[in-house]
Amino acid sequence: MSAAYEVAARVRDPELPVLTLADLGVLRDVTESGGRVSVTITPTYSGCPALDEMGADLRRSLLEAGFAEVEVRTSLSPAWTTDWISEDGLRKLREAGIAPPSRLGPRVAGPVPLNLVPPPRRVSCPRCGSARTAELSRFGSTACKALRRCADCDEPFEHVKEI
Amino acid sequence: MSAYDGLVDQEDAHWAFGTGFSEPLTGVDRELPEGVDRADLSAYCLMLGDDALVLAQRLAEWTSRAPELEEDVALANIALDLLGQARMLLTRAGEAEGAGRDEDALAFLREEREFRNVHLAEIECGPFAGGDFATTVARLLVFSSWKLAQYSRLRGGADPVLAAVAEKGVKELAYHRDHAAQWVVRLGDGTEESHRRMAAGLARVWPHLEELFTAHPVELRLAGVAVDPAELRSEVDGVLDAVLAAARLERPVDVPPAARVGGRAGRDGVHTEVMGYLLAEMQHLHRSLPGARW
Repeated sequence: MSAAYEVAARVRDPELPVLTLADLGVLRDVTESGGRVSVTITPTYSGCPALDEMGADLRRSLLEAGFAEVEVRTSLSPAWTTDWISEDGLRKLREAGIAPPSRLGPRVAGPVPLNLVPPPRRVSCPRCGSARTAELSRFGSTACKALRRCADCDEPFEHVKEI
Repeated sequence: MSAYDGLVDQEDAHWAFGTGFSEPLTGVDRELPEGVDRADLSAYCLMLGDDALVLAQRLAEWTSRAPELEEDVALANIALDLLGQARMLLTRAGEAEGAGRDEDALAFLREEREFRNVHLAEIECGPFAGGDFATTVARLLVFSSWKLAQYSRLRGGADPVLAAVAEKGVKELAYHRDHAAQWVVRLGDGTEESHRRMAAGLARVWPHLEELFTAHPVELRLAGVAVDPAELRSEVDGVLDAVLAAARLERPVDVPPAARVGGRAGRDGVHTEVMGYLLAEMQHLHRSLPGARW
C-alpha cells in the first residue's frame, strides 16, 4: 500500500466523521508517480454536497503530507453502494450510535421491484441492542440516513439506509 | 471541516446551487461516443436535465410547508437527488454543445422556450394553487415510475456519462418511487377525505401521462444512446396499476391528453402558463446579480 494511499485513506467523511473515506468505500483508486498523486472518489448520492468537501480535504491532506501535486477525479460508475462500507466502518458507525446498513448482496437483474410497504429490515438499536425498532422517517439529517426509534429504550437513532 | 463550513466557504463558492460546489463532472471520463451527433446528444441531455431540474424546483417549494417535518425533509432530499442529477446532465449538455455553456448558464440564462422538460415536471401540484400534498404525491409517483423505467434502460447506453448518471439515478429514483407509492396507498386506502383528495390528485396529473410516452425526433435519432419513450409505457402502466390497486383507487378513465400546440409540447420548448412564473423565481437572483457569490 503506497504512502499516498495511506494518507488518502485516513481522510474523514465530512458528514460521518467517525468514518474515513476508505471505511465509507468512496475511495476508489490512488496512484502516485514522481510526487504527483491522482485520487479517484465516487459520490454516495448524486446531490451529495459532501463530495466537494472530500475532494478539498484529500487535496489538503496530501499536499500537507508533502506530495507536490494532487488531482481528484470522480468516478460515477460503478455506482456506490452501502455494501462498500468496510466491516470496520460498520463497527465504527454502531459505536457512534448510528445503526449500520445491512448487506444487500449482488443486484438482481431485471426491473427494480416496487415496495408498497417499507421492506422489513432487522435493524438493531445501536444503544441497547434491541431488535424492536421502527422506522420514523425514511429521510433523515443527510441523504444517506433514515430515522428510527427503539421500542425498548425509547431512544431515536439514525440508520445508514441500504442503497 | 463540517458540511456547514462548506456553505460559508468563500473559496470557489458560487452561490448558484448554494454551496461551494465545483463543476460536477470533474475528472469523469468525458469522451463523446463515436458517431453520435453532438447537437442531438446535447438536446437529449437537456431534456433529461430539465426534467430533473424543474421537478427539483417544484419539490423545493414544499420546504417548510409539508404536512409534517419528516415530509419536509423527505421532499427536500428527493429534490436534492434530482438537482444532483440535473447538474451532471446539464454539464454534459453544455459539453456536447461545445459553446462554452456550463450548468449555471443553462439553468439560469435560458428562456422558457429553450427548456425541454415534460409538462408533468412543471405543472402546479401544490403547495400553492393547483394542488395539495396528495397531488404532489401523485405527480411524484408517475414521474419517478416513468423516470426509473427510462434510466434503467439508459444504463446500457452508448454515452458513458449518461449511462453512469442513470446507473446512479436508478437507485435514487427507486426510493423516490417507493416513497410516493407508500403515500398513495396510505392516502388512497385511508379516510374518505384522503381517498377523495388522492383521486383528485391523480385526475390532475393524468392528462400529462401521454406526453411521457411521445417520442421527440431527437430521441429516435439517438438510437443506442437514448431511449424511445414509447417503450416505457407497459412497464410504467404495470407499476401504476399495482399501486392503485393497493390504494383502492381507480385508474382515471376517459381522460383526454393535455392539449399540444401544433403538435408540440415540453420537449419542443412549448410550456404551460405556470412555467414562466417558475423560471422567474428560479432565475431572478442570478439574472439580477450576475456572478454574485455568498
